[in-house]
Amino acid sequence: MEEFILKRIRIREIEFGEKTEISGGVLSVNREELSDLLMEDSCIANVDLAIARPGESKRIIPVKDVIEPRCKNIDGQDSFPGFFTDANFPSGKGETLVLDGMAVVTSGKLVNFQEGLIDMSGPGAEYSIFSRKLNLVLLIEPVKGLGKHEHERSVRIAGLKAAHFLASYAKKISCDEEERFSVSSLDKLYKKAPDLPRVVYVCQAIAQGLLHDNYFYGQNAQGCLPVLMYPTELMDGAVISGNCAAPCHKHTTYHHQNNPIVEDLLKEHDKNINFLGVIVPPVRTALAEKERIGYQVFKLAQMMGAQGAIISEDGGGNPEADLMIVARHFEKNGIKTVIITDEYAGSDGASPGLADVTPEADAVVTNGNGNQKVKLPPMDETIGFVETVEHITGGHEGSLLSDGSIEMEIAGIMGSTNELGIENLKTIAI
Amino acid sequence: MKTLKVVHYINQFFGKLGGEEMASIPPRFEDGPVGIGELITSSSHGEFEVVRTIICGDNYAAENLEEFKKVILPWIEEAGPDLVIAGPAFAAGRYGTACGILCQEVEKTLGIPSVTAMHPVNPGVDLAKKDIFILETGDSARQIARVVPQMVSFARKLVNQEKIGLPGEEGYIPRGIRINVRDQRRGSKRAVDMLIDKLQGKNFETELPMPVFDRVPPAEAISDLYEAVIAIGTEGGIVPEGNPDRIEAHNASKWCRYSISDLSRLEKGKYEVAHGGYDPVPANDDPNRVLPLDAARVCEKEKQFARLYGYYPVTVGNVTAVRSAEKYGKEIGEMLKKDGVQGVILTST
Repeated sequence: MEEFILKRIRIREIEFGEKTEISGGVLSVNREELSDLLMEDSCIANVDLAIARPGESKRIIPVKDVIEPRCKNIDGQDSFPGFFTDANFPSGKGETLVLDGMAVVTSGKLVNFQEGLIDMSGPGAEYSIFSRKLNLVLLIEPVKGLGKHEHERSVRIAGLKAAHFLASYAKKISCDEEERFSVSSLDKLYKKAPDLPRVVYVCQAIAQGLLHDNYFYGQNAQGCLPVLMYPTELMDGAVISGNCAAPCHKHTTYHHQNNPIVEDLLKEHDKNINFLGVIVPPVRTALAEKERIGYQVFKLAQMMGAQGAIISEDGGGNPEADLMIVARHFEKNGIKTVIITDEYAGSDGASPGLADVTPEADAVVTNGNGNQKVKLPPMDETIGFVETVEHITGGHEGSLLSDGSIEMEIAGIMGSTNELGIENLKTIAI
Repeated sequence: MKTLKVVHYINQFFGKLGGEEMASIPPRFEDGPVGIGELITSSSHGEFEVVRTIICGDNYAAENLEEFKKVILPWIEEAGPDLVIAGPAFAAGRYGTACGILCQEVEKTLGIPSVTAMHPVNPGVDLAKKDIFILETGDSARQIARVVPQMVSFARKLVNQEKIGLPGEEGYIPRGIRINVRDQRRGSKRAVDMLIDKLQGKNFETELPMPVFDRVPPAEAISDLYEAVIAIGTEGGIVPEGNPDRIEAHNASKWCRYSISDLSRLEKGKYEVAHGGYDPVPANDDPNRVLPLDAARVCEKEKQFARLYGYYPVTVGNVTAVRSAEKYGKEIGEMLKKDGVQGVILTST
């Protein structure tokens, strides 16, 4: 039986130092070394680095992506397949090293409206797991006149490069925790637990253009049909986020690497369910594409003999049509389905919170109303550009008050209504 | 203990002016409590003082809602209350409507907390429940001795801005509004637990019953297109350079209109995308592809219709609350109608 092993190295402090190394849980980063590496990209004019720790009076804005440092512990292979190595190697198998407790956050000049905010303390910090991480922030300045698409690509790849670079320093040290996952073929799964209900997980990934894209094995998902994956492939960076949609409900790369639905399904695997695998469908804009992809998702699930499914949404609005199409196919064919989403019910909570509905969607988990207003107090330090709050999703003209506090919707806080359910926010009707 | 000033609204019957024969009397007021107003004071142990009682006939209120609001609101403002109590109206439909509309207006216009009470089937409930708290009563006024003290203790919480619990705990009619709360379990765990319950045939409860959408009936066909004035408009956020009115990228708080009367097409650089829900690069390059002014001018030149309307309405339809969208739609429709437009091409993104 093949295995996937996550070796976690706990990081309890990040500091800048002369040498990049990990020692006693302290990650020391040589600023020049890392920024030189990222500046190899000729589209990047300058890279500045900053550290934001939980509890500090710091605000990071505008945030594009968050990545957990991971790399393979095998020569010639790597995490984030398709970005640093040939995509043609077995992702989700073997050993992968994780710098646990920290994240790389990409920031710098605004690419477009969809970027978000992370507060390291105060009420804003209650909304985001990233407020509880040691964050190494990359402030990336593009060369003058760089187009939006090129700017986004450079920043995205810089985040992956930095995450990969930092994780590679864990190769020489022993890990704090080891998690083992079996990587089983379908026939073995069927034989091992013939009486448990067979479950698939459908993980939507938006593929709709600038700051609305995801990458499967390094390829923009826009041109893809649904892909079937071992759960461990997600942990190895098989899906990379270039998606900001709204900050509250985008799946960052971190979310894909640490998909909580995968984690919680694996906990029930061999107990109450037989978890067969993950189907990752792109979400396109045109109805014909939604129907084509929706049917392919159903076909894969049916071929695998699925009896139950969880479908998680990525983004909001039009992906709800894809959710409902797949839910209809599944329920009409006896695959019992749970949908996991969030809502836009207006700041007063009085509007219908979804853009599409179907009677078959009778089991839905919601991760909160993104339109909820929040007031965030001033912070001692801004990492990035605080004035962008008036342009980003969730902000408005007048969001930035004269004392430095911010009035906005939680839609602007990274991951606040995350549709993989990594937080514990939800809505109730009163 | 600070005494809280209350304005109380009642109908002609509770105002002791008479029954159905007096239902057409216009609003009037008396300073101090009338009838059950005494019960408000006594059940609050003197904490609430009814400083003014407004009385109106049920038919008058139901048939002259705008006038009703216009007359009463200044009387309330003048009394300077901490709180407005209306009813209880029980199952009386016209009375419930007046109570609901009045409380809604008081909260919206004056920002004063208000509370009313009625039976769940009272038409006043559906009119106002999303904006105000309506305590649930039976259908008969015999419950008044129970209901008024309940209104008093609930109102005290509202005035003191205490945390309001769930409908079942507090006794108000479910409002159908959704609020954010924290659960013990993260969302993914709740989804997995729900799936296992569903697979095992156990009871499960969805967290989000499917919303019900309104259906908009299509307008009558245009009888003579050659004579029609046609407009173009979009939710795609095409705005003049720099987004002068700062329409938000998401959950727009407004719609705007801009003149196109002198333009044959939207020039690159002079118009841009304010919408946060799609890749703006192609439309920034050619804004006509979201707001098709260039094509509309061709049709106009070919005399496919009489004339293109001189403005275009625009907002950002990106996770915009349906309640806002309805309002903008109505306002845009009224503007177009007033200006003699017979047809509109709305592009969406």
